[in-house]
Amino acid sequence: MSYSDERTIRGKVAIAGVAETTYYKHGTTPDPEFRMALEAIIKAADDAGIAVTDIDGFASYSNDRNDPNRLATALGLPELKFSNMFWGGGGGGGSGAVANACAAIVAGYADTVVVYRSLAQGQFGRFGQAGGGNVVRGAGAFTAPYGLMSPAQSFAMRVHRFMYEHGTQQEALRAISLASYKHAQSNPRAVMHGRELTEEIYDNSRWIVEPFHLFDCCMENDGAAAMVITSAERARDLKQTPAYVLAAMQGSDYRQGATAHNAPDYPTSNFKTLVPRLYEHAQVTVDDVDVLQSYENFTGGVLMSIVEHGFCEPDEANELFTLENLSAPGGKMPLNTSGGNLAECYMHGLELIIEAVRQVRGQSTAQVPDVNISMVGSGPMVQPVSDLILARDTGEGR
Amino acid sequence: MTTSSDQKYYLPEGMPAPAANVDGLEAPFWEAAQRHELLVQQCNDCRTYQWGPEWLCHNCLSFDMGWVEIESRGTIFSWERAWYPVHPALQKGLPYIVVLIELEQAGNIRMVGNLLGDPEQEVVIGAKVQAVFEDHAAGDGVDEPYTLVQWSLAGS
Repeated sequence: MSYSDERTIRGKVAIAGVAETTYYKHGTTPDPEFRMALEAIIKAADDAGIAVTDIDGFASYSNDRNDPNRLATALGLPELKFSNMFWGGGGGGGSGAVANACAAIVAGYADTVVVYRSLAQGQFGRFGQAGGGNVVRGAGAFTAPYGLMSPAQSFAMRVHRFMYEHGTQQEALRAISLASYKHAQSNPRAVMHGRELTEEIYDNSRWIVEPFHLFDCCMENDGAAAMVITSAERARDLKQTPAYVLAAMQGSDYRQGATAHNAPDYPTSNFKTLVPRLYEHAQVTVDDVDVLQSYENFTGGVLMSIVEHGFCEPDEANELFTLENLSAPGGKMPLNTSGGNLAECYMHGLELIIEAVRQVRGQSTAQVPDVNISMVGSGPMVQPVSDLILARDTGEGR
Repeated sequence: MTTSSDQKYYLPEGMPAPAANVDGLEAPFWEAAQRHELLVQQCNDCRTYQWGPEWLCHNCLSFDMGWVEIESRGTIFSWERAWYPVHPALQKGLPYIVVLIELEQAGNIRMVGNLLGDPEQEVVIGAKVQAVFEDHAAGDGVDEPYTLVQWSLAGS
């Protein structure tokens, strides 16, 4: 199956501005969540070199609490042409929100769409902690009474099964965490800047739930991030080098939402049907990818996701996943070069997309040389997941 | 830490009790568990087993879903050992083992439970297990008694 020019966003849209607030440890921001969202949006407009009043659309994900109507009102926008929420929790919708913004621009619904995420969990409730109440109804009744409640616990058995089927060793998971912490040491924005992680510290860290040590789990943080998306044509005249969108889309495999852990394909990150569509739309192969940001809720999901994106066969993961291979600038597959959810900030993966843009611009604090293709995977093991491929050069007009 | 002999249930008291959704979708399972029977959904038209329950058969789209009793045995498909108290009641019950059990006699559907016995035991994927019906009395904010379906190694 092929896609005509009319049915792709390839090369038609670009990320023109990116920004974040200061990133904080969980519960320590001095600012309300909504105020942080506003700050990130204004800074992203400034980064792009547009007026805030040019913004005419918003897209977000993971049930972000900051309503576009309140944002548009607070920002004094002349009109709000597009507001959009990607279904599903966690980070599965990061690239998907970008995809929705791109679609709105190509369709002519809006011209300048902001994708944003703001989190101050301390002001609401935490993700890693189960809620109260003594009775749990419906699908949750098949797991919660047995002590299976948190995100880490919900994904550990998928990873354990994958490790069993493919002989994956704990060291492969460890390498993902080590790479994130290494990259965070050159990133002054990173919450874990100045906090080195060694093999010994990882090995001696407590289990959260086997096979996840403490350092296999994402942080929880406060902060906000935003980006400005507009037409490729307009982006060329703005302040920054455009990060052209080659493909952005969401997906979910057969019955992955089956309750009580009954997804027919169980040891998966849920990218298997999405990836072929993604590469076809982008007109790239896995070999073209120069740098990768892959959402880390838990390291095991990163590993399965990277396998499903074609970087290696499942049985080859122990060889690929070494600190050397995952490190910028010279590694075979530089991964999560800002520190990501593990060590920069758990901004539900929007910080990963910002980093992918900075790699295209040449502005990363762990810059990979000569980046053209910069990829993001959002949300392993959740439903749906999404992906984004950015380029410095779309290959058109040569 | 091992499960102390004076502990009534595998996990400490005060854990959330299970209940069917208000629309009653899962009620036959929990009612059968109290009778120490293992009931799962099976399509009355195409005979496909389905878990968790749904109002529709995912295979033939029939709304005529039935409930059938199956043998209460299975195989460990995956597992995890939890060391962090995600619920206040668990602070006195760490670690504990959660297992995912494959039910070959019912179309390879799976169920989540705890693996009874030493919480620090080595867990082997592929090991055969049998269901153990763990009866819970009412109390502690729970109005009705209920029964959890737990698992123990076959022959143990």
